[in-house]
Amino acid sequence: MSGNDVLQIAAYFAVLVLLAKPLGMFMAGVYEGRPSILARALGPVERLFYRLCGIQPEEEMSSKQYALAVLLFSAAGVFAVYLLQRFQGSLPLDPQKFPAVAPDLSFNTAISFATNTNWQNYGGESTLSYFTQMAGLTVQNFVSAAAGMAVLVALIRGFKRHSVNTIGNFWVDMTRGVLYILLPLSVLYSFLLVSQGVVQSFDKYKTVALTQAVTYETPKLDAHGNPVMDSKGNPVTEEARAGGQQIPLGPAASQIAIKQLGTNGGGFFNANSAHPLENPTPFSNFLECLAILLIPAALCLTFGEMVGDRRQGWALLIAMMLVLAPLTFLCASAEQAGNPHFASMGIDQAASALQPGGNMEGKEVRNGIAGSAVWAAWTTAASNGSVNSMHDSYTALGGMVPMLLMQFGEVIFGGVGSGLYGMIIFAIITVFVAGLMVGRTPEYLGKKIEIFEMKMAAFVVLIVNALIKIGTAIAVSTKAGTAGISNPGPHGFSEVLYAFSSFADNNGSAFAGLNGNTVFYNTIGGILMFFGRFWVIIPVLAIAGSLAKKKHVPAGLGTLPTHTPLFVVFLIGVIVIVGALAFMPSLALGPIAEMLTH
Amino acid sequence: MSKKKEKSKRSLFEPRIMRRAMWDSVKKLNPVHQIKNPVMFVVEVGSVLTTALFFHAVITGRGEASPGFILQISIWLWVTVLFANFAESMAEGRGKAQADALRKTRQDVMAKRLAKPQRDSGAEMVSSSQLKKGDVVLVEAGGLIPMDGEVIEGVASVNESAITGESAPVIRESGGDRSAVTGGTMVLSDWLVIRVTSNPGETFLDRMISMVEGAKRQKTPNEIALDILLAGLTIVFLLVTATLLPFSIFSVKAAGHGSPVTMTVLVSLLVCLIPTTIGGLLSAIGIAGMDRMIQANVIAMSGRAVEAAGDVDVLLLDKTGTITLGDRQATMFIPAPGVDDHVLADAAQLSSLADETPEGRSIVVLAKEKYALRERDIHALGAHFVEFSAQTRMSGVNMDGREIRKGAADAVETYIQKEGGTFPAEVRRIVDDVARQGATPLVVAEGKRVLGVIRLNDIVKGGIKERFAEMRQMGIKTIMITGDNPLTAAAVAAEAGVDDFLAQATPETKLKLIREHQAGGRLVAMTGDGTNDAPALAQADVAVAMNTGTQAAKEAGNLVDLDSNPTKLIEIVEIGKQLLMTRGTLTTFSISNDVAKYFAILPAAFISIYPALGALNIMHLATPESAVLSAVIFNALIIIFLIPLALRGVKYKPLGAQIVLRNNALIYGVGGLIVPFIGIKLIDMLVTAMHLA
Repeated sequence: MSGNDVLQIAAYFAVLVLLAKPLGMFMAGVYEGRPSILARALGPVERLFYRLCGIQPEEEMSSKQYALAVLLFSAAGVFAVYLLQRFQGSLPLDPQKFPAVAPDLSFNTAISFATNTNWQNYGGESTLSYFTQMAGLTVQNFVSAAAGMAVLVALIRGFKRHSVNTIGNFWVDMTRGVLYILLPLSVLYSFLLVSQGVVQSFDKYKTVALTQAVTYETPKLDAHGNPVMDSKGNPVTEEARAGGQQIPLGPAASQIAIKQLGTNGGGFFNANSAHPLENPTPFSNFLECLAILLIPAALCLTFGEMVGDRRQGWALLIAMMLVLAPLTFLCASAEQAGNPHFASMGIDQAASALQPGGNMEGKEVRNGIAGSAVWAAWTTAASNGSVNSMHDSYTALGGMVPMLLMQFGEVIFGGVGSGLYGMIIFAIITVFVAGLMVGRTPEYLGKKIEIFEMKMAAFVVLIVNALIKIGTAIAVSTKAGTAGISNPGPHGFSEVLYAFSSFADNNGSAFAGLNGNTVFYNTIGGILMFFGRFWVIIPVLAIAGSLAKKKHVPAGLGTLPTHTPLFVVFLIGVIVIVGALAFMPSLALGPIAEMLTH
Repeated sequence: MSKKKEKSKRSLFEPRIMRRAMWDSVKKLNPVHQIKNPVMFVVEVGSVLTTALFFHAVITGRGEASPGFILQISIWLWVTVLFANFAESMAEGRGKAQADALRKTRQDVMAKRLAKPQRDSGAEMVSSSQLKKGDVVLVEAGGLIPMDGEVIEGVASVNESAITGESAPVIRESGGDRSAVTGGTMVLSDWLVIRVTSNPGETFLDRMISMVEGAKRQKTPNEIALDILLAGLTIVFLLVTATLLPFSIFSVKAAGHGSPVTMTVLVSLLVCLIPTTIGGLLSAIGIAGMDRMIQANVIAMSGRAVEAAGDVDVLLLDKTGTITLGDRQATMFIPAPGVDDHVLADAAQLSSLADETPEGRSIVVLAKEKYALRERDIHALGAHFVEFSAQTRMSGVNMDGREIRKGAADAVETYIQKEGGTFPAEVRRIVDDVARQGATPLVVAEGKRVLGVIRLNDIVKGGIKERFAEMRQMGIKTIMITGDNPLTAAAVAAEAGVDDFLAQATPETKLKLIREHQAGGRLVAMTGDGTNDAPALAQADVAVAMNTGTQAAKEAGNLVDLDSNPTKLIEIVEIGKQLLMTRGTLTTFSISNDVAKYFAILPAAFISIYPALGALNIMHLATPESAVLSAVIFNALIIIFLIPLALRGVKYKPLGAQIVLRNNALIYGVGGLIVPFIGIKLIDMLVTAMHLA
């Protein structure tokens, strides 16, 4: 790795930490209903919204009611996005006259966006109308993110409250999350992105003349559209000339802002943030990449603030950082080291004054190794899934980093809200084991961790694991599954394993390579994303309800402190060991075999 | 004390217990028993599966691997199950041996059933098994008390060594806090009229037997929570190994060579990965915890109580006997008006010369030190010593016509009045004053004349202050309970180093104090023996009743201390903590072990598909077969090696949570990562040397 790479990566982390604190404190204020300038300005909107929807903001919900509200709300989202796609031909704002999207793809995309996964089997600029993008995808980008944050806030209340049956009001948490956090940040971000050249327009796609016309060979077709063969049976080609290029447009900046901030990741264009109109400059790359982790990092501090002990929030944030930072550097250095296949061919991949060096296949030159590797690590650490480079083209080791980060269960930052509640589940398991080791019934933040909490926590760890394993097993054992694999050997296996890790952990990142837009992958992916999201949310809310009912145990000398370096190390140990133990055998058949073979 | 020592001498691996445990561990192979322990059940299913694979390989000759290899794996899997069963049986065996000893005392005896609750009412001889609750029996010197009961008439010394192991007799009398008697104990002197308080099969002895035997053992909440975590991990690893079959089939196709992983290797991998170490030892740890309580001469009425003991935040300790010596020391002679203090000291010393109690000794010493009165030989003086009796509640000496008595103020007052004297009001005032200062007044009288008062003071036990400092380290708050006035209580509390005190305690204020702490989310432990302690005992989370206490107190407590030693509470807390720590450390150890097992088995399983994975064989194990076999053998042996730790419990030191976690994480977490690398390598060398694989 060059000094320049290190400097860039360090800058990413530094700015992230600097911004996390003020945002974290602000969000705590939002969910606790503290007064602020923004609350004064937007308060009337909030109250008007409640009146229009008949919401009683003071009414509190039990964990069951809260879970039901999340489920119903998300189900409505799935239906809405599905119908929008199926009927987009008859709806407005479709300047390219795109027809209805296929049922299986619509199903997959609808669940994908309602679960904050944003797995992208569609090509935005060639499949979806502006209206579908705006009313369907962008809306879900906001609300699925806000739903994750709401569930987290409900869990935090479980720790904070004692001897009560309620954990807040989902509608209020949802409204506040969108109105005070996601919308203002997205507006700010949209302007910044437009300033960098990201498109924001309702116009039709534009055809522009190329500055230099391109000629290329194309197969000659007969009258029936079949390729013409010569006497030897080889296809006959003819020269073609391209003088113009179609430039896709659309309301991109506004969607990209929330796509990055809400750990959504579903790009406006097929190439996602590798597309020059979605991510045009190194600065836009910095902004978009930063947005991936901004809210997940800040939420850690929101958590500390809300439970009344900021150190608890910092402990979790530091634990996440301590896993992510080395893996980011590992990924970057593996990529900078270059492709071993090229090295054996005698191609110079070293960084020099003339070239940045490294494995540049599938990476945009304007983003470079550091800008791409940081993005790859962060987008998979957070369950964002947007890409600015093609992970399939990464070296074996470089590509294992994003896969591993997903297989840690999307708890190293993870999705907005969902990542932290996943992390808290791991903290509960850690506290349980560590608590036993110091000879006390374990307690976390003053709440005793007992049978019910362990049952739910074990279920959460189990369900995501089961979905990935069983899904991958089905895919590699069936024709429909193996048909989508585009690479031979262990790399092909990695593609499938990566896809199912991405589905079940609601990440949405794709290894590319795998052809996912088939009935098989659309359907099984949709199902996995659904269970991966809601079968985690339900037990998490159940824990929230159970904790809220408990008494608060004051901390003493015999209580295991959960903000110390020792606890942080122990927590990381549990996450890494559980993640490594659960996935090492399958990784051995994929990236590890690939890496060792060369 | 004697029995306690004898018991602690019982070695961990007593041959008799081991023989029984071996047989029991075979009986426990019954799937109905195994299914209660999901981790070991999976191992048993794996054993059956590999056994079937072995027969398949032998019969068809086309097994998935060599029959010899499958057979060895199969045998070691069975051994794993047997080792786990053995651990449990060992833990139970110790309890069973204890129960057998207790059962011997529960013999059928003939009892004199009285028609009316009076000694001289007509008696009929019945077998103790026919006695019912409410019957009244008479037990005379040399007789066994047939059932648990309450003394309603009489005073007698009773040998309770059958229950407590303490051979010194105890006094049992009607009324007050010393009225409870236990079936199976023996009346040594005098007689007792006893009302039976339990039906056959429900006596204290019966309950004790079932507790030590573990017959009624239910899983405790914490054990269930851990079970859930272990079951969850087991299912995760089941998925990991089950899906490896399709993964490897696909990989064979993708690589174009090699063969898919065999069932034998998959089962081996599964058994090595699931937490068999803690899964196999978990119930043994729980039973051993109860057993350690028994070693400390404490009977836990439920496993939950043992576990709760580890969680205690607040200890309520009675001042007398716990914090201060039950025996007070004489610190001052206060003469009655018109009496010279030398006269008082002389009389006090004379009356105490033959009194071998610590209080008596302290009076002699005080007279010697303060008034230079030399000790005299009671026989040379021709004196007759009057021993303390339960009836008179006084002791003294008769010599040369002098009758010197000392005792509690009211007892002496009765005595004086009987002699025709009067008890001076001034002495009454002195008595009250002394009592108000938290000290105990003893009145000395000669004939019908009151000479004065001996002040006996509380002496804080040596080392108790350090003990409380340890408690503070562990995060436990100590509160002294005393009937003294706040001033005296504060003085003793400061000297003893307790965190807080409750002065002028009444049963109501005690109960209130417990409720206050519980409302604040704290767990409260206390000891008690009196009937008026019963409500507080019932309210406390960990309630230790003294065996000498009343039936009501014993019913209300969830632990009974047979030694009736109030300081035992501290030991109980330590045993509770040790129990939880043993579970936690072995869980950590078990999971950390998996890393090394992966490095042994994964390259062995996949080397035919991707030869490059041989690089993961960092232990350089000889062959794929020897690697798998060594991992399985290590996995089985580690259970046996850890049985002593499971039964004894991990070492406990009263340190802060942070330090304890760091130490245990280093020993069992990091140690658990490293040990199997060494162990598997050594076993592999042996296996290779013996040409087993």
